Amino acid sequence: MSLRWTLADSWTITLRALSHWARQPGLVIMGLTFPLLLLVMFAYIFGGGMTVPGGGDYREFLVPGLFAVTMFFGLEATMTSVNADAARGVTERFRSMPMAPSAVVAGRSAADMLFSLVSLAVLIGAGLLVGWQWNEGLGNALHAFALLLLLRFAFIWVGIYLGLVVKGQESIAMVQVLVWPFAALSSTFTSTEHMPDWLGTVADWNPLSATLNATRELFGNPGFGGDSWIAQHGELMAVVWPLLIVAIFFPLSVRAYRALGR
Amino acid sequence: MVSVQRTETAGDLAVHAAGLRKRFGDTEALAGVDLAVPKGGVCGLLGPNGAGKTTTVRILTTLLRFDAGRATVAGADVRREPALVRARMGLVGQSTAVDEVLSGRQNLTMFGRLYHLDRRSATRRAGELLDQFALADAGNKPVREYSGGMRRRLDLAASLILAPPVLFLDEPTTGLDPRGRNEVWQSIRGLVAAGTTVLLTTQYLEEADQLADQISVIDRGRVIADGSPGELKSRLGGDHIDVVVSDPGLLGATAEIVARVASAGVERDDDSRLVSAPVREPMAALSEVVRALGDADIPAEDIALRRPTLDEVFLHLTGAGRREAEEVAA
Repeated sequence: MSLRWTLADSWTITLRALSHWARQPGLVIMGLTFPLLLLVMFAYIFGGGMTVPGGGDYREFLVPGLFAVTMFFGLEATMTSVNADAARGVTERFRSMPMAPSAVVAGRSAADMLFSLVSLAVLIGAGLLVGWQWNEGLGNALHAFALLLLLRFAFIWVGIYLGLVVKGQESIAMVQVLVWPFAALSSTFTSTEHMPDWLGTVADWNPLSATLNATRELFGNPGFGGDSWIAQHGELMAVVWPLLIVAIFFPLSVRAYRALGR
Repeated sequence: MVSVQRTETAGDLAVHAAGLRKRFGDTEALAGVDLAVPKGGVCGLLGPNGAGKTTTVRILTTLLRFDAGRATVAGADVRREPALVRARMGLVGQSTAVDEVLSGRQNLTMFGRLYHLDRRSATRRAGELLDQFALADAGNKPVREYSGGMRRRLDLAASLILAPPVLFLDEPTTGLDPRGRNEVWQSIRGLVAAGTTVLLTTQYLEEADQLADQISVIDRGRVIADGSPGELKSRLGGDHIDVVVSDPGLLGATAEIVARVASAGVERDDDSRLVSAPVREPMAALSEVVRALGDADIPAEDIALRRPTLDEVFLHLTGAGRREAEEVAA
């Protein structure tokens, strides 16, 4: 299959996702408002009781956390759409057609990245409204946004893998529940220093915490760094973790896709 | 087993399979399937659940790897030229494989683009297919608002974007109401009239009888019989005589009379007070039975000659009928 057709087919699949959004504006608005609800919830409801180690404004601490968790929760969208196609036989049709096999996944990734970009833009706007800002210049801020999108890209592969192997609505719902403790067990909403030592260590090693350490530093927001090795190497780990996730879940996804023909 | 294609070579065949084998773990799904479907025909792959019908179709449409054997579809080798096979055939699988959120038109245009038509051709082809399958009015509605029959027709349309010479239909009417089924049958007949070769799987004998001009009966991963519906029916011993009596107490005596003219085992159904048996010379048998029943003073409610149904052929071939007949004889 030539590269030209691979790109053309991927674009057709991306357009399909865009048409879905046009047909279901309600879902799109829900998807974009959900992080805003989290922002309101944590900034105004729980925020009063939160302290940032070493001082600093909780909202400045919180907004990068919401950036990262929104990127992470994106894996649900990827998983559900991959799973729906497999369950309805659409994947079978794609596989029976003379199209580029990789285009289904590539087109899906492009659409998901596009949605995450919009989602991130909305959240940046809302963050600026509640008093968040980047303090270390636009270059560092852009670097931080790139790290966030890298995290989203890594979780696309987790979503694709889960979408292919998870069967049934109950299992989907299970994953949708389990993402919460995973997200909470990081420095997303509160500093890991408030956690018991062993739990704090686990939370520090959460890939979300690595990206958060790096982005908070790049934005000049409070709450980054620490005494442990992992806390001091945020920028390194914010690249290593996503690459590691891709290195694990990309081959797993390819294997799960091939297993459809077994 | 004798194949129906005695005079034709593989080059004239739309679908050819020889010795297809497939294992899933410990289960042998296909134990050497042979198929030969001539161009322009409709081949019905008939069999009970789990017989290997879907496995066969999934192998022929490149969706499933196979362990042994050879297969070609429209002249392309399934193992070595899967891309060519995909370009030359259409598949309508068991579950409706269209996007529920998009409209019928959007679906067909998208699939057209994925079949590498340019934008204008894809749009035009989508319009043609919507017209052809009587979906033009619903063309811009989302598919989730379609009826079962409409979805199935859209599914068919999506498989026909390149007008492929060979079309695979895996249980095309399962789950449809009679009206939806008729709509789909009508569409299939139209395609066949236009020259498409169709290979369809079905559990419904009526469907095979209605659509297929060649039937391969498949059971436990093997083709156990093939031929035209007529050939298969005559293989069961030609005409049957059916006698229905009003008094269940007379069934035994009636069965004895029918047994005198029967060419094979007599079947007796107490619930419908029916005695039935295949006969060699139908007219002579009929008059003999009428005379003997009169002599024995047995009033018959109904006496009839009929061709066996495909149901009987099927049950006979798959063994279930044989066991039942043995029970009656014993």
